[in-house]
Amino acid sequence: MSEVFSQISFYLEFPFVRYALIVGVLIALCSSLLGVTLVLRRYSFIGTGLSNVAFGSTAIAAALTLTNNIILVLPVTVACALFLLRTGASVKVKGDAALAMIAAGSMAIGYLVMNVYSTSANLAGDVCTILFGATSILTLTMTNVRVSIALSVIVVAIFLFFYHKIFAVTFDEDFAAATGVRAKSYNMLLAVVTAVVIVLAMDLVGALLISALVIFPPMAAMSVFRSFRAVMICAVTVSVICAALGILVSIVAGTPVGSTIVAVNIGSFILFSLTGLVVRRLR
Amino acid sequence: MALLTCDNLAIGYEAKTIISNLSFTVERGDFLCIAGENGSGKSTLMKTILGLMTPLSGQIIFADGLKNHEIGYLPQQTAVQKDFPASVYEVVLSGCLGYSGLRPFYRNEEKNLAKDNMERLGISALRRCSYRELSGGQQQRVLLARALCAARTLLLLDEPAAGLDTAAAAVMYEHIKQLNSDGLTIIMISHDVEKAAEYASHILSLGTGKGLFFGTVAAYLQAERTIEGIRHE
Repeated sequence: MSEVFSQISFYLEFPFVRYALIVGVLIALCSSLLGVTLVLRRYSFIGTGLSNVAFGSTAIAAALTLTNNIILVLPVTVACALFLLRTGASVKVKGDAALAMIAAGSMAIGYLVMNVYSTSANLAGDVCTILFGATSILTLTMTNVRVSIALSVIVVAIFLFFYHKIFAVTFDEDFAAATGVRAKSYNMLLAVVTAVVIVLAMDLVGALLISALVIFPPMAAMSVFRSFRAVMICAVTVSVICAALGILVSIVAGTPVGSTIVAVNIGSFILFSLTGLVVRRLR
Repeated sequence: MALLTCDNLAIGYEAKTIISNLSFTVERGDFLCIAGENGSGKSTLMKTILGLMTPLSGQIIFADGLKNHEIGYLPQQTAVQKDFPASVYEVVLSGCLGYSGLRPFYRNEEKNLAKDNMERLGISALRRCSYRELSGGQQQRVLLARALCAARTLLLLDEPAAGLDTAAAAVMYEHIKQLNSDGLTIIMISHDVEKAAEYASHILSLGTGKGLFFGTVAAYLQAERTIEGIRHE
């Protein structure tokens, strides 16, 4: 055991390991905060959908040889998030169908564009990197760290400041709107924040694994806790611990970072589900 | 001036008008029951009154000073709420949000209002329980308590007894009747006109077969009797 700890403290000497740990924990914090409201509003798949959009637009940005692909990826993803999370009587295509169309469509277009315009010799490798995050979390720079700190400060501030409104809009949007809460604005705010977090989180765990960060911690928390506040606090705690644990395990064991974090999340979900079962039996 | 005036209203969705030429008024202290079959536009009318939908034509005029956040609303339950992890207190308290503006926390008077309304509906003991673990009747009372936190003047109820057994429905109707006696103006949707006639003061019937009817309960029953009489002859 002490060997493992000395190994970890040895790795922590390297700045890139510390950066990975900080960024990983912060992204996990943001995505679990958003995850609770997304899962409750039946948008569990939005992580997958939006990350596919980000994949597609990343490919297009690469084809256009943009130096900073964020300027294309972010607006496109935000637009899609606003389109998917919009609510109201005028919605023609229902949420899940729209999501499935956008997810499948942008995946195909992305790969098509990459294939036709790619300048890289290792196309399969590029795709794999975007989808699974590969090792990019271990190549983070100080700028990435600053960006994710700023992002999580903003996300946490939004959730602290608008906590009660977010609860009301999630629980019953019609009631909130009818009694004078600006439900549409809060919805748009959540959609934009979701898109931003997903685009930035893609660097960490890759497109395909973001969904796991959004869904597992809230599901784990919901199987045990019964009030909204407790679920929120528990989801964030679980997510942060799982991310930190996953990164440390992947460094020590030499496994891929993204999938290790998700594996730890799956473990925690099973643990919480069993606890929930036992607690309900005892009550 | 009437609390609520609907003047020559047409409601529905872009392509489809459900009701047109609808005019009626609601005075302070009234208990209006909106009746009609499924698809006759009851819920659409209520959503239009609440401002969740825009009328296709015509006007909805509120008495001076009646603002959005003085109106309470008991919607039909949605699928999302069935397994929502929220305590009863959290749900009831969210009824107070309308007057908080951008303020990120609840004031003490709002917390007290929530507690008073839970007391009023006999759900104080359930305060810490999870909403998803309650019975249908208890859930409806929680949502009614939430609506009361918002309702200073006017309370709109969309099928408050939907899905409840006879006993739970009777409890619900008694609570609503009591609220009306306490001075709250009530607009309630119900497909059970017989039952509603025992409590309401006015009836707006959107029945597609019989055409529109708006008037007092006495006038409604009179009209029903006349129609019955004609049928018998």
